[in-house]
Amino acid sequence: MSLAKRIIPCLDVDNGRVVKGVNFVDIRDAGDPVEVARRYDREGADEVTFLDITASSDNRETMVHVVEQVAEQVFIPLTVGGGIRSFADVRRMLNAGADKVGVNTAAISNPDLIKQATDLVGAQCIVVAIDAKQIPGSNPARWEVYTHGGRIATGIDAVEWALKMEAYGAGEILLTSMDRDGTKLGFDLNLTRTISEAVKLPVIASGGVGTLDHLVAGVVEGKADAVLAASIFHFAEYSIEEAKRHMQAAGVEVRL
Amino acid sequence: MKTIAVVDYGMGNLRSVAKAVERVVDKQMHVVLTDDVKVIAAADRVIVPGQGAARGCMHALREHNLIEALLKAATEKPFLGICMGLQVLMTHSEENKGTGCLDVFDGEVHFFGNHAELQSSQYKLPHMGWNRVKQQRRHPLWRGISDGARFYFVHSYYVKPQDADVIVGTTDYGIEFTCAIARGNVFAVQFHPEKSADEGLKLLNNFVHWNGQS
Repeated sequence: MSLAKRIIPCLDVDNGRVVKGVNFVDIRDAGDPVEVARRYDREGADEVTFLDITASSDNRETMVHVVEQVAEQVFIPLTVGGGIRSFADVRRMLNAGADKVGVNTAAISNPDLIKQATDLVGAQCIVVAIDAKQIPGSNPARWEVYTHGGRIATGIDAVEWALKMEAYGAGEILLTSMDRDGTKLGFDLNLTRTISEAVKLPVIASGGVGTLDHLVAGVVEGKADAVLAASIFHFAEYSIEEAKRHMQAAGVEVRL
Repeated sequence: MKTIAVVDYGMGNLRSVAKAVERVVDKQMHVVLTDDVKVIAAADRVIVPGQGAARGCMHALREHNLIEALLKAATEKPFLGICMGLQVLMTHSEENKGTGCLDVFDGEVHFFGNHAELQSSQYKLPHMGWNRVKQQRRHPLWRGISDGARFYFVHSYYVKPQDADVIVGTTDYGIEFTCAIARGNVFAVQFHPEKSADEGLKLLNNFVHWNGQS
């Protein structure tokens, strides 16, 4: 197949500034989302995702301006997630220049939001973000969906939820393993493969990347269509280009 | 001052298209996002973007009274259709239980999901991401872009023109489908040049300097 597997760097943004270090020698202001996004674009990122972690809703307006500025200068797809609660929020981010909007907690509390949004703006704009955690002792493994940044258990089975969101018209699934997030132990490949094979939608694997082999495994064993990572790129351990060359050498189709 | 009209009928991320075009224009050109038929009639070139579903797009074009203006523009000045802006140029779409389109090009818009070749789990829908574009013939809008270059796609329907001569680009996704068509002053693509980094900006740059001859 000639469609490339995508590599997506993810940036946490708090009150309009990139947080969690971004160590690039050629960047003057590592907190500036525009500069960081441009840098990733130059390195060959296939998309960029911004996660708005601003706690106060007063500061959310800042994210709209961030999106506007980035969209003026970076001509690759741009996804924004975090704090999207209503269709008005979705519309605002799209109007600011986002190509896709990630919805997580709000999809659980109001699944019809996904239906409404995909009807009005198209499935391609709506990414359902699923934070999943393995149910201890489950064998075969089962996973439960969490909300509010992984703090609240919903009792919902992750596979059933993914199928429901597909039926509601979502365009893509961003799947994060809560067990692996921040561990650098690699993706939860069993979770990734289970969801990716259950739905026809593209699945972005997230949570746990520590090495370039983890990216390969996410695609080859996890059957993910795209891989998302934060820290390995932010701390300049690897460039996007190195990651892609590594994947290509392992037989993965990438855009170089 | 030359005007490039980006037709705004409320469907999709038009701002990105306008911003990407602004990046490639020179001082003698300006870009306007508009649904005003007079502005479109007076413009030197026209871009029709669009996302969403066929019926919604056709409905929005009618609501904004744009159909006549677009049909006219498609006969007389450099015209670029992007994504849904390509699909609505065909005769008819399978989407939304069948939708009549503008019929600038004879042909149908089909759903990928109906193909046996795409049932395998490796073919996700929508077809989303960076795929290769094979240039089926030379065209001024391909200038400087290598054959097989990757562009960003996101769609579940594809066009199938009656007249094979209009096909200028194809892409492989389980089946080989038409991703770019051209005839006279019209060029239309399934992928998103405004989201396709340098190759996409090259195509837009070629468009804003194109004399409308193929």
